[in-house]
Amino acid sequence: MSEILNMLDIVKCYFLDAEELVVLNKINLKINEGEFVSILGPSGSGKSTLMNIIGCLDVPTSGKYILANNDVEDLDEKELARIRNREIGFVFQSFQLLQRLTALENVELPMIYAGVSPENRHKRAAEILGRVGLADKMNNYPNQLSGGQQQRVAIARSVVTEPTILLADEPTGALDQKTGQQIMQLFKELNDEGRTIIMITHDTNIARYSKRIVNILDGCLNEGAVS
Amino acid sequence: MLKESMKMAWSNIIHNKMRSFLTVLGVLIGVSSIIALITIVQGATGSITSQISSLGADKITIQAMGTRLKQGLNENDLVQLSRVNNVSGVSPTVSGKTSLVYDRNVKTGVSVEGKNEVYFKKESDILARGRGVNILDVNNKNSIAVIGYDLAKELFFGTEPVGQQILINGNTVTLVGVLNESSGSILGSTNNTVIMPYTSAMKTLGVRNITSVDVYMSDANESESITNDLTTILNSAFNYRENTFSVLNMQNIIDVIGNITGMLTLLLAGIASISLLVGGIGIMNMMLVSVTERTTEIGLRKALGAEPAQIQLQFLIESIFISLFGGILGLILGIIIALSAAVIMDFTFTITAWTIILAVGFSAAVGTIFGLAPARKASRLNPIDALRHV
Ligand SMILES: Nc1ncnc2c1ncn2[C@@H]1O[C@H](COP(=O)(O)OP(=O)(O)O)[C@@H](O)[C@H]1O
Ligand SMILES: [Mg+2]
Repeated sequence: MSEILNMLDIVKCYFLDAEELVVLNKINLKINEGEFVSILGPSGSGKSTLMNIIGCLDVPTSGKYILANNDVEDLDEKELARIRNREIGFVFQSFQLLQRLTALENVELPMIYAGVSPENRHKRAAEILGRVGLADKMNNYPNQLSGGQQQRVAIARSVVTEPTILLADEPTGALDQKTGQQIMQLFKELNDEGRTIIMITHDTNIARYSKRIVNILDGCLNEGAVS
Repeated sequence: MLKESMKMAWSNIIHNKMRSFLTVLGVLIGVSSIIALITIVQGATGSITSQISSLGADKITIQAMGTRLKQGLNENDLVQLSRVNNVSGVSPTVSGKTSLVYDRNVKTGVSVEGKNEVYFKKESDILARGRGVNILDVNNKNSIAVIGYDLAKELFFGTEPVGQQILINGNTVTLVGVLNESSGSILGSTNNTVIMPYTSAMKTLGVRNITSVDVYMSDANESESITNDLTTILNSAFNYRENTFSVLNMQNIIDVIGNITGMLTLLLAGIASISLLVGGIGIMNMMLVSVTERTTEIGLRKALGAEPAQIQLQFLIESIFISLFGGILGLILGIIIALSAAVIMDFTFTITAWTIILAVGFSAAVGTIFGLAPARKASRLNPIDALRHV
């Protein structure tokens, strides 16, 4: 299996009033195509910071980060935007759907920035919404959908451009247990179809759905047990 | 991408109807006041200028009160005046009021004017039928006259006046022509006037001196030098006494009015521009609020792959839409205001392509200039901070 992500000695520091706060301390992480990895750690351990770096929303203070054969350090704003569009599909804890757009239009968003034609966008978005079980909710606005349904729309949006990695930060954090399990089931299915998933969670039960668990504590990574 | 940005911008404008409307209103007021003021001032100027021109823009009028010894101009002075460079002819005006009799009809207080052949050559469109005064009439003091439109109707009831004889101040005069109906100017009309050769008129009216002369220019651009030459002749004719004559040049008056209204236009447009500036600040304010409100959306779009330039474009198009909308509505409102003013103030309404381009161009520029800072702010937002912002 080919390697799609490689982090070497990634350090992230914040400087607060001349005081240095090391949030990520020499992180080394390799992820291959088709993996389903959970990054598990308590609140404040640096999970979101790590996810932002993986997702190219933030840059490390030092270290080397190779994503899909690109050295992220070399990329400018515009190229980073392209990388995010092509290689990463984000799923957020709070869904982050645009309230003014329908489910279908929300799913179309990343394809607008990928330059897909309107006809193909509609077709593809409708297809993928069908795939996550929302064929009959395509024209609903987010506030007309349940939390679980909204997260399904967000997942549909994250995979619609066929990104290299599906990156999810606490995807079940805002959902009840049963709905959370359904969402995890969907992730599992997507992984079975060959999609690489990196999920961030503080919940051991949720982490169990993945094939590989990486523990993070105070900015340090520890390879955990494989379920 | 441009089409997508336009769609997104439009959807945002529609979503915040009230706010967008108020911002549009700011631009609308600015643009409409500029359009209305410029159009009204230009229309009013045009109407004043054309009224003055109708008195003769190619004509210089001399009023010669004269001295006690020489109360007006004589034949010799007229010849000298007509020899000035770029002067194509001079026409004295002798006027008075007297009685007129035709077939037992007596009319008193009829205005009689004395003119020469130059007048009928220059004002060729005043004659309806028959002929005007010619040089022989002047030289021979012929007892002929041309009758005004209303007067002809009143005395002849539709029968042909040309060839008929009337009594003017007791003298028998043959009518040789009829004047066209005159719409009149600020100096009155010729409708109730009888025009005779000025030599005959002087005899009939008992006038000894010529106190008013129209000087026709062959080149109105030379009006200044002509005026100087005329002044020189008149000064020597009246022994360099003060207040003996005046030289009135229509072109001078038109130029002065043109200067004044030009300045007035600039001043008013300047004042109106301030309201457009305020409209622009309104756009900037709205866009800044919009950027702040949509910080999370911007962060999300960036996470989904929007480039900074694409974010900037989306916000810029939104502000340009708003201001163009205000510009077009302002243009329409400005035209309506100017049209109403044209009806009320009685001038002809004209709108130039230039005015339309000005309105649309100005508003697009306002949208771009005042939308740029907020759009840049949006494009530079850090996606992490933006996504965290709730
Ligand atoms: N922008 C920032 N400036 C300063 N400190 C930060 C910033 N972002 C995160 N931190 C700190 O980094 C640590 C890790 O945060 P985060 O990655 O959000 O943890 P987690 O997602 O695991 O809860 C926390 O102590 C947090 O206070
Ligand atoms: Mg977190």
